[in-house]
Amino acid sequence: MEALDGNAIGGLLLEVFGAELTTARGTCAACGATAQVAELAVYLEAPGTVVRCRTCDSTLMVVVDVRGRRCVDLRGLAALE
Amino acid sequence: MAGTAVRGRLKPLTWQVATVAEAVDETARVRTIVLDVPDWPGHRAGQHLDVRLTAEDGYRAEREYSIASAPGEPVAITVERLEDGEVSPYLTDELRAGDGIELRGPIGGYFVWDGDDGDPLLLIAGGSGIVPLRAMVRHRQRAGSDVPVRLFYSSRTLDDVIYRGELDEVGDGIEVVYTLTRERPAGWTGYNRRVDGDLLREVAWPADEGARAFVCGPTSFVEAVAEGLVDLGYPPARVKTERFGATGS
Amino acid sequence: MSFVSRGFRGRPRDTGDPGRVPPGQYVTEDFPVLSAGPTPHTPLDEWTFSVVDGDGRTTWTWEEFRALPSETITVDIHCVTRWSKLDTTWQGVSVDTLLEAAEADSPYVLAFCDGGYTANLPTEDVTGGKAWVAFGYDGEPLDPEHGGPARLLVPHLYFWKSAKWVRGLALREDDEPGFWETYGYHIYGDPWREQRYAGD
Repeated sequence: MEALDGNAIGGLLLEVFGAELTTARGTCAACGATAQVAELAVYLEAPGTVVRCRTCDSTLMVVVDVRGRRCVDLRGLAALE
Repeated sequence: MAGTAVRGRLKPLTWQVATVAEAVDETARVRTIVLDVPDWPGHRAGQHLDVRLTAEDGYRAEREYSIASAPGEPVAITVERLEDGEVSPYLTDELRAGDGIELRGPIGGYFVWDGDDGDPLLLIAGGSGIVPLRAMVRHRQRAGSDVPVRLFYSSRTLDDVIYRGELDEVGDGIEVVYTLTRERPAGWTGYNRRVDGDLLREVAWPADEGARAFVCGPTSFVEAVAEGLVDLGYPPARVKTERFGATGS
Repeated sequence: MSFVSRGFRGRPRDTGDPGRVPPGQYVTEDFPVLSAGPTPHTPLDEWTFSVVDGDGRTTWTWEEFRALPSETITVDIHCVTRWSKLDTTWQGVSVDTLLEAAEADSPYVLAFCDGGYTANLPTEDVTGGKAWVAFGYDGEPLDPEHGGPARLLVPHLYFWKSAKWVRGLALREDDEPGFWETYGYHIYGDPWREQRYAGD
């Protein structure tokens, strides 16, 4: 099961945030590494979408569809700009 | 996460119903679907769109497809029928001209090439990863650009090569190199192995040419190629990657 | 009235026998691989399983773990993403065996795994013959994609509780939410009451 990248969640992020975010830079809260969203590791085949830091594998972002509503958790990101 | 500024042009992106204008078979498993999209804002080469199918009972499935056409051309996607796929067989076998199809797009700001920087272009495709790169090639042609392009395309067999006729006639300034990983047809002059460091060294622009690289295909292919280019001296910021779900290359 | 795609049906969905298949599920012949992160590859000579009780721990190496009594069981499994797979056969060590050896006595456990995944469970849901640490599937060593070398197996709850790549159970006084529970999934996860999300 190989990870995809942030290109695969471009539509999801546009829907949730109303902005094109694949070029946004995320900073990992665990290790400080920064990368563009398009370059992050994305796991789609799960009870939710999990986005991880490629440097330390920490969870940066999790999206779960709870009863039809998209819930986004960004606690693993120190910054997103 | 304190003080986060989410920057970017706010672009309302909603689902809209497009009409299938035409469906063109590319290979036995691959079909290009040309769409008539009423409110299409235009797109950039390398972007994709999301497709959503809804069954009578309300069941929904969504997938993402790279746009196969250049900016200014009618919107088109190229779909490979995946064995045991849920959406792709519908798109390649059932959908027909006149049918409606829900989509949203264009999406993507990272894996895009606008052609306005003059840098040589290195395009490396594994399997159906050729789709967004073909849009870039078509864009170069339509824009009348003279940016030198090298397109390296890995497929399993000759029958799996998408857009073969078109790629064989791209003309000056674009070199197309193929590798087939599971077949060696009689008289074949292309490569016959999986992409490796040596192959990249022979095919890629030297690192000091300042080329931009776009690599697209299955995850393992993309990661091997991207790592190989960085080993050759390409700055990581000059190597853009887009990973697709499991297909063959 | 939203748009309907002419002629689209999606995969045929067999909802099975309602006495056997929980509500909202369909039966699959496949064994889908769902992962929240990269597949870990801990070498067996580094692998251990521990029952952790505050500062104390009881630990088994792979050899010690495999020397414990084990059993073959056939169970149905139910994933919160709506697929159910019937009559799956596993080989594993009963969690009762592990907790008894550790003289464990706490109301809850938190399964912890390579890669950082966790799943919380009441102790009574992993004892009394209801749970195993499984190292074999269908007569073969458990594939890394499916959680090998060993995963937790708790078939009466949604399968996200059957934590892959499990390395131990931490004994807890409280029902601390694990990975998916933190992100909105149900703290308990009973498929028969369709407890998919928090608040169900």
